[in-house]
Amino acid sequence: MKKDKKVTNNNSIFTLKNLIYLICVIAGYFVLTYLAEGDLLSRQSKSLIIPMGINIILAVSLSLTVGFLGELSLGHAGFMAIGGYTGALITLHMNLPKGIEFTIALIAGGIMAAIFGFLIGLPVLRLKGDYLAIVTLAFGEIIRSVLTSLKFTGGAQGLTKIPRYSNYTWVYIVMVLTVVLISNFVKSRHGRAIISVRENYIAAESIGIKVSKYKVMAFVIAAFFAGVAGVFYGHNLSILKPGDFDYNKSIEILVIVVLGGMGNIKGSIIAAVALTILPEMLRSVDEFRTLLYAVVLIAAMLFRSSGFKTKLEESGKLPKFMKSNKNNAK
Amino acid sequence: MGSILEQLINGLRSGSIYALIALGYTMVYGIAKMINFAHGDIIMVGAYALYVLIALLKVPVMAAVFLTIIICSVLGIIIEKVAYKPLRKAPALSVLITAIGVSFFLQSLALLIFKPNPIAFKSIINVNSIRIGDITISGVSLVTFIITFICMVSLTYFINKTKTGAAMKAVSEDKAAAELMGINVNRTISITFAIGSGLAAVAGILFVCQYQSIQPTLGALPGIKAFVAAVLGGIGSIPGAMIGGLVLGLIESISKAYISSQLSDAIVFGVLVVVLLVKPSGLLGKNRIEKV
Repeated sequence: MKKDKKVTNNNSIFTLKNLIYLICVIAGYFVLTYLAEGDLLSRQSKSLIIPMGINIILAVSLSLTVGFLGELSLGHAGFMAIGGYTGALITLHMNLPKGIEFTIALIAGGIMAAIFGFLIGLPVLRLKGDYLAIVTLAFGEIIRSVLTSLKFTGGAQGLTKIPRYSNYTWVYIVMVLTVVLISNFVKSRHGRAIISVRENYIAAESIGIKVSKYKVMAFVIAAFFAGVAGVFYGHNLSILKPGDFDYNKSIEILVIVVLGGMGNIKGSIIAAVALTILPEMLRSVDEFRTLLYAVVLIAAMLFRSSGFKTKLEESGKLPKFMKSNKNNAK
Repeated sequence: MGSILEQLINGLRSGSIYALIALGYTMVYGIAKMINFAHGDIIMVGAYALYVLIALLKVPVMAAVFLTIIICSVLGIIIEKVAYKPLRKAPALSVLITAIGVSFFLQSLALLIFKPNPIAFKSIINVNSIRIGDITISGVSLVTFIITFICMVSLTYFINKTKTGAAMKAVSEDKAAAELMGINVNRTISITFAIGSGLAAVAGILFVCQYQSIQPTLGALPGIKAFVAAVLGGIGSIPGAMIGGLVLGLIESISKAYISSQLSDAIVFGVLVVVLLVKPSGLLGKNRIEKV
């Protein structure tokens, strides 16, 4: 908790650190513009820029539930689907200027997903661990089968001809907003409460932290950003199918979070970038991709609990970014 | 009237398969206190093993069934030794993620070896259907009922009357105390995984005989549904898993026939949510009091 103290002492937002971050963000945008507009990258590589941003939003938001709340959510793709469909229906049926329409779609998609996150969060707040994971998985599947059976969502064919509004500027802005909002949220009073629920919910409850409230809060915020990512997803591919948002999609996001280190936002970002580029570079061995994901999940978990990591940490040889907060979710 | 009865029989048939799978979930949960996510994929491995043995290697049917069960049991033991055993003292989240990883691993491996296209597989059960009054019971259903019944009776006998069964009960009560009483905990856990996976193999064989097509994801949905059945019956309780499986099968087939076939999955998962809200310990489960 040393880190948090430092943050609360510095009340001004105009610190040197924040200034550097701001410069980095702006510089990042110029680099992105150069990459997206210039001739440096092939068409195929350029098409990865938007998915990369979407994956970062998804991973950072899932990191809130898995990493900071310490509960496994396997329905992240479901929230993404809700957001994506809501946004697509709005842009398909509204005739407003592009910018306004897309802003409305993004916000509405996020809010819709958040509402569902709330509805799902309410019953599952009584559960934890394995049960919660299964219920979120079940909800993901329910959302998918409902989307398949409804008329106005286009059934199994899904929605087509969604305007391609997602461009790198939009995605970049929203991605930066997501990262800033979530990393500040985690350091806030509420965020600390959420971490305390992860560390020991009985102790947290005994000092007056409302465990259920914070669980739902984490869920709703994660769902909101997943919904926003879903809107980008639909407006990037221009088609949405219920089949896109299956269990495997949720696992893909989970792999990013796990690889980045649970409870480590920077790690999630790096992992999201890596896991978007890597499959494209390894096109020739595409069949091995999911196998690789599985191995990553298992290996990361075994590495975490083997004595090897503790030894590395004690000897100080472990790279700093790999250090995550201790996870005693028991 | 006849159609309702036929729906009920269909429900009992899929329910029997769910019950067999749910038994594996429940036994592993009782002993290792973890949800073996990969359990559903063992069904798939069983189905492919049967296909390879019968269609490619031309092994006689009975021997192939026997070998399939052994392959799955051994796989269950290997999974436990490699992936779960090192994590016994790890937080629940790590174990769960590992289990998902194993499940994903088996699926992708099957995808790699057998390609995603479904493989047609001819049922190995050649029993004529029988007619009682105006309802017909297909041969596959009949064999499913009989095999499920045999499995359940022998499992109940095994758990309650044999020394190993008593050891399993002891380990699920209290691992440390069981160890002090001279029970080999590791061996008992391995046996539990072997039996659970063996039952999953049986379920897999019955499943492919019913649907006659094999694909890498075939185990995922029955696996999750069987988990719902295990929760419905009370996870950790063996009679609970049997009842839960049958009840879930009935709910599924009735909602498929009378409500909507597309929404039947949603209804099944809705059952899970309702059970967890109303009675999280399930029909026959024990309430576990949490100590600080």
